[in-house]
Amino acid sequence: MFSLLGVPSQVLFGQLLLGLINGSFYALLSLGLAVIFGMLNVVNMAHGALYMVGAFVAWLLLTYAGVGYWGALVLAPIAVGLVGLVLERTMLRRLYKVDHLYGLLLTFGLALIFEGAFRHQYGVSGQPYPIPDLLKGGQNLGFMFLPNYRGWVIVASLVVCFGTWFAIERTKLGAYLRAATENPTLVQAFGINVPVMVSLTYGFGVALAGLAGVLAAPIYQVSPLMGSNLIIIVFAVVVIGGMGSIMGAIVTGLGLGLLEGLTKVFYPEASNIVVFVIMAIVLLIKPAGLFGRER
Amino acid sequence: MPDGAMTKTAKTGTAMLEIADLHGFYGESHVLHGVSLEVRQGEVVTLLGRNGAGKTSTMRAIMGIMGKRTGSIRFQGTELIGMAQHRIPRLGIGYVPEERGIFSSLSVDENLTLPPVVKDGGMTVPQIYDLFPNLKGRGSTQGTRLSGGEQQMLAIARILRTGATLILLDEPTEGLAPVIIEQIGVAVRALKARGFTIVLVEQNFRFAATIADRHYVMEEGHVVDMIPNDQLAANMDKLHTYLGV
Repeated sequence: MFSLLGVPSQVLFGQLLLGLINGSFYALLSLGLAVIFGMLNVVNMAHGALYMVGAFVAWLLLTYAGVGYWGALVLAPIAVGLVGLVLERTMLRRLYKVDHLYGLLLTFGLALIFEGAFRHQYGVSGQPYPIPDLLKGGQNLGFMFLPNYRGWVIVASLVVCFGTWFAIERTKLGAYLRAATENPTLVQAFGINVPVMVSLTYGFGVALAGLAGVLAAPIYQVSPLMGSNLIIIVFAVVVIGGMGSIMGAIVTGLGLGLLEGLTKVFYPEASNIVVFVIMAIVLLIKPAGLFGRER
Repeated sequence: MPDGAMTKTAKTGTAMLEIADLHGFYGESHVLHGVSLEVRQGEVVTLLGRNGAGKTSTMRAIMGIMGKRTGSIRFQGTELIGMAQHRIPRLGIGYVPEERGIFSSLSVDENLTLPPVVKDGGMTVPQIYDLFPNLKGRGSTQGTRLSGGEQQMLAIARILRTGATLILLDEPTEGLAPVIIEQIGVAVRALKARGFTIVLVEQNFRFAATIADRHYVMEEGHVVDMIPNDQLAANMDKLHTYLGV
């Protein structure tokens, strides 16, 4: 055991782990936002609400259908993705030709409706969700104790984030996506059905939020407000990383989670605002974000 | 009169693209006013005319990149008006837009292989490199880091893979140096020799004259004249009036 500036290493690593966990969720959520913004030019304010819906779908599956964590890990993102497809096809689609602000307002309204509906039904107290048996317990790493489930969340979100990055930056399908982000008309003129691609992109982006919701269920309580608590920070992450940048979303998400953890150790009073301070500084120095390209 | 139509096409070669009384609109503005023209299999046909005459709009109308179209555009007998936009290229029509449309977030290779193959009989990548040696070995370069001429070559090259039999080339020589224009000309002639049917929009009418079989002259959104290339010399005065050069 050692201590750094009077802080015992146990506390330091504990907070860094917590920061990494939070960062994993920031990364997963801001990744979905980045994918959606790149393709649809819509700031998806409903992202936090759909993350909450993902967690609730997991809880409902367990409570009413007896489907456990691993089933929910597959089914909840699919359910949220389908909700996204319906939203895109019936509502968002009509707004592409008008100012971006309308998409933001629509999705903000949708977020309020989702949260209100779940709040009305389940209250705000939060429902507990058990850690799956396979991931109970923890490992003693010598310098700290790592609960298995938290380790799993970090690994799973890293795999999903970098898998998504790979799919977008290194595969043929991703090339279509990048091309359609730049010039949808021309991609359509090559014979690609761009409107379907746009729908699927939105569905995939919100499915990532649903997946994050399931991962979060055993850590945080399943509550109607869990999304709105998180989403403001996630928007700050997206702004810092650069709107629409995939790698920016991942790296900034994890980095800011860690930074928040460090701040909690050394100057706890600032831990709630550190992300926004960084956002302000980045906007002053590099308005397009750390990884963003000026448009 | 199907019989009459048969004899006509039998005499002139198979009509590949037939446009009749095409009107086109961008929102409220009426840009095409009754375009009629015909392109036969294996022909190179140019659309000449001043800026704003409707040449690019005619191409966009063929590809369905236009708010509203009326009249008729038939490709190998299939009516394109009313067809879903992404189905039109799948019939075998390749589009090379005026602005070239090279994607900056894609490498040269990714740009080259982006358009899906829609028909058998497209050119292979080695054949394309033979036609455009400049593109060889540039695969991992970012698409927009190529020079203007190379970007134009890439824009043409990526269509050749798809098996499209009709190619719409919108001002391939715009803004390029004479030596590059020469190279593009060699390539377009090679494509003609391979049996591609080409519709070419050109301001550079000397370039057009070295390649085309026929020239359609457009003014104010419709076709005002058609001049076969072998009668070009006899019609120079008229053409100068049309183009205002």
